[in-house]
Amino acid sequence: MNEFDDKSVEQIEEQEYTTLNLGPTHPATHGIFQNVLTMDGEIIVDAVQTIGYIHRAFEKIAEHRPYNQITTLTDRLNYCSSPINNMGWHMTVEKLIGVEIPKRAQYMRVIIMELARISDHLVCNAVVGVDSGALTGFTYLFQWREKIYDIFEQICGARLTTNIGRIGGLERDFSDEVYKKIKEFLHDFPKGFTEFSNLLERNRIFVDRVANTGAISAERALSFGFTGPNLRAAGVDYDVRVMTPYSSYQDFEFAIPIGEKGDTYDRFIVRQNEIWESLKIIRQALDNMPQGKWYADVPEFYLPPKEDVYTKMEALIYHFKVVMGETDVPKGEIYHSVEGGNGELGFYLISDGGRAPFRLHFRRPSFIYYQAYPEMIKGSMLSDAILTMSSLNVIAGELDA
Amino acid sequence: MSELTNVYIAEKIRNQFGEAILSASEPYDMLTLVVNPSIAHGVINWLKNDAEIKIQFLTDVCGAQFPEIDGQEFCVIYHLHSLTNNIRIRIKSFIPASNPIIATVSDLFESANWQERETYDFYGIIFEGHPNLTRILNVDEMDYFPLRKEYPLEDGTRTDKEDKYFGR
Repeated sequence: MNEFDDKSVEQIEEQEYTTLNLGPTHPATHGIFQNVLTMDGEIIVDAVQTIGYIHRAFEKIAEHRPYNQITTLTDRLNYCSSPINNMGWHMTVEKLIGVEIPKRAQYMRVIIMELARISDHLVCNAVVGVDSGALTGFTYLFQWREKIYDIFEQICGARLTTNIGRIGGLERDFSDEVYKKIKEFLHDFPKGFTEFSNLLERNRIFVDRVANTGAISAERALSFGFTGPNLRAAGVDYDVRVMTPYSSYQDFEFAIPIGEKGDTYDRFIVRQNEIWESLKIIRQALDNMPQGKWYADVPEFYLPPKEDVYTKMEALIYHFKVVMGETDVPKGEIYHSVEGGNGELGFYLISDGGRAPFRLHFRRPSFIYYQAYPEMIKGSMLSDAILTMSSLNVIAGELDA
Repeated sequence: MSELTNVYIAEKIRNQFGEAILSASEPYDMLTLVVNPSIAHGVINWLKNDAEIKIQFLTDVCGAQFPEIDGQEFCVIYHLHSLTNNIRIRIKSFIPASNPIIATVSDLFESANWQERETYDFYGIIFEGHPNLTRILNVDEMDYFPLRKEYPLEDGTRTDKEDKYFGR
């Protein structure tokens, strides 16, 4: 009789698993969501995710709000790149009502969206650095994010939840100060960002830490609905800006950086390179900025100038109708997507002609790809799991809606 | 190979599934098929495996509710995308409120898993064969499905947003 037969060994092992709560308020999750990990020592055996801690029922609220008031909801999806969400929503409505906005407004939007993409990627990559022990880069990059927010503030008055742009264009033209700030940024940022790149991209300690961790194959990534930098890191060159260009993206020359292995390092590098591509796009947009107006001729949706409201009857009527959400929209259903900071951000809108959407669904990239997380971290160390999460750039606001 | 127009694809699917394809239209240039719920899974599976159309990507799954349509109160909407051909297709299936059941597509696309849970959480639509159909965004103890139209958003005493004040 052998007391160490297979069965008893198995039982002993099972007792040694520990349960570890990663979250909901863990500093390394960078947001409020929970992972209950089953650990064998330092190796993750299983993970169960709990999400919904900041669910705010945006889709329900959207059914009760006029179209222009939904913009503020989209701010709060991926709050690291709110302008992209705002623009995506405006374009969805513009497509529904069949408005073509002037080229100038489209270029202005492109500049804003690419600045937002840079700030989104900056935060993500800086945080990947922090989680691997390199805090210094983060403290420097955050200053550059502040500069981008200064530009947003100059354009629309807000920094984080921007509510930038309007249905039919932008609320106002770029002032000289905006151009000055953008040019300063374009001039100074590459130097600062190169410093960060030099610090990490080929740093032996960093590369050893992030290469081959949290890898996912292209096939699995597609099945899990990955989009954006995370999908491109796995080697699939899908980018909404190129596949279905919106807002004149077809006018710009830029490359789609891709990775090979889909690991944390590839995701980091893809974001690094996308920042350079975004800079290229902004330069082209500035150089080729078309003349014209920054809004389309849709008085039913676009607020008239305030001085007209005080002096002209027609402007006053439209002002009232826009503010009260009193404009009829066509019936129909529409899907529009933009390339958000984290991937394909889609808006599925069913309109019954009323002043609020009949149904509005947000395709939130974070929500869809975060379900792959347990598969990506099983069998890896806890410290790798933290890095995998920060390189996925899961934003709680987008996750929970 | 003929060009993959919406008309061509719709015709091809019709040839395969016949009467179960209830209607085909293209609102805002996206091919939209209304299919019988019993074959929704079959259509998606067929599109995924079709060598010509090559739908590898499930963009989105969501629900909707149309309380006025008798016997077709709930709708499940799938957005599919062929990355090779850059074609998007929308599949819609209407199901009755008395029996809101439809087959899961989480066996075809992993990404459907949470999206179907979300749809269940919001509308109470049951996805048959789903590995873990539980609430995802709302608390487990919730005893209703909040996105259904019968549940008001705001407290009923609020009157400042009523339609009668706007001449309707």
